[in-house]
Amino acid sequence: MTELINMFSYSFIQRAAVVGILVSLCAALLGVSLVLKRYSMIGDGLSHVGFGALAIAASLNLAPLAVAIPTVIIAAVFLLRLSQNSKIKGDAAIAIISSSALAIGVISVSVTTGMNTEISSYMFGSILSLSSSDAILSVILSAAVLCLFIIYYPRIFAVTFDESFSKATGTKTEIYNTLIAVLTAVTVVLGMRMMGALLISSLIIFPALSAMRVCRSFKSVVLCSAGISVFCFMLGLIASYFMETPTGASIVAADLVVFGIFSLIGRKK
Amino acid sequence: MAILKCEDLSFAYEGRQVLSDVNFTLSAGNYLCVVGENGSGKSTLIKGLLRLKSPESGKIIFGEGLKATEIGYLPQQTAMQKDFPASVYEVVLSGCLNSLGKRRWYNKDDKKKAMENMERMGIEDIKDKSYQSLSGGQQQRVLLARALCATKKLLLLDEPVTGLDPIATGEMYNLIKLVNLCDNITVIMVSHDIHEAVRYATHILHLGHRQLFFGTAAEYKESDLARRFLGGRV
Repeated sequence: MTELINMFSYSFIQRAAVVGILVSLCAALLGVSLVLKRYSMIGDGLSHVGFGALAIAASLNLAPLAVAIPTVIIAAVFLLRLSQNSKIKGDAAIAIISSSALAIGVISVSVTTGMNTEISSYMFGSILSLSSSDAILSVILSAAVLCLFIIYYPRIFAVTFDESFSKATGTKTEIYNTLIAVLTAVTVVLGMRMMGALLISSLIIFPALSAMRVCRSFKSVVLCSAGISVFCFMLGLIASYFMETPTGASIVAADLVVFGIFSLIGRKK
Repeated sequence: MAILKCEDLSFAYEGRQVLSDVNFTLSAGNYLCVVGENGSGKSTLIKGLLRLKSPESGKIIFGEGLKATEIGYLPQQTAMQKDFPASVYEVVLSGCLNSLGKRRWYNKDDKKKAMENMERMGIEDIKDKSYQSLSGGQQQRVLLARALCATKKLLLLDEPVTGLDPIATGEMYNLIKLVNLCDNITVIMVSHDIHEAVRYATHILHLGHRQLFFGTAAEYKESDLARRFLGGRV
């Protein structure tokens, strides 16, 4: 217990915990909609675009978040459009965009600064990379994501469940789809620093999937996945401190275990 | 007084005309069945009426104070909905979406309306059950209750009995007829089942890339078109 108190006396751990809890909440809430709308891969694609943007920002000495957030928002809107109407189908489009972004990021880094620890921390995440100004920005943005999700909850439910019905009753479904995409983009970039580009999408997908094993109403799935997400984040953070494992990977491992348990419970039901 | 009037309506996809010469008028309380083969333009007409697709030419005129956003629509089910975690109550309540306006959340009136419509459809005792665990017939009742939350005047049903067993199909047709008669709600239904259409509907609209027939069900039964389509069994 004293060791646990000891752990949270470090300011970087405190920062990571606050930002992490907020980002986990956002990811879990949005994840329910994304998984149900069969958009799980968009989170993954966006994280690669985010990596590309961060790498370019690093090689040009620009502020990482200021470059990455707008880039990823544009990519999110673009991906959404692509998956709705185009000759290249959604999943193929995402695969192309994500690997291209990764390639561009790696090239731009290797011709300027070279592969250093900073770049590897973008790939696999690091709780040390969070500066206090980053933390403040993350808290503000994730609070905004949470507020927007709560304000538009009835509409997000309706649009997720039945787009054609919502459209018929005069709801501008494109606006809410774009809203979901933009909020996802912001969440992905914020979470990426800690989780890493390669692992962030699990933060979006796992809690929603676990919750769906046992919960039967939309509201309970949303609440349950928020709970799972925060719980797994804290578990992963604590485990990574004591076992000296990478934070992002530990959180994903915790999510995987919870998913396994919930699947078993769901089957028994 | 007409609740819906279509004048010289035609629709096109990318310049290719798929439906033309649609002219018909419905009065409040009518029950219209739209029939025709696959690809004859039935779904296109539905999309047009819901303002999801704009006509190439012609006009759709709503009467009696009906707004395009106040149509109770029962769409065809998508594969995604089959495993969607949502309670019956949540789904029905989402039918009140068009009365939200500037409000963010549903209020007491919306919730009351949802309860009343669940009672009408006889599904109030399963209101906390999960939508995905219901039988096909129950799911359609849930969607009908949702559609009723969205309208007081006009229901638009897109093949509401597809995939239902014969008993559930009969129940669904009876429920629709009941709503039509008791609440004087105008019904427009797209259907494959022409025999049932003739039995329940007051009017028939037969499409085949253009309007082949519009009139009462009785007139339709006497027409050559119906005789060919019904295969002599009327």
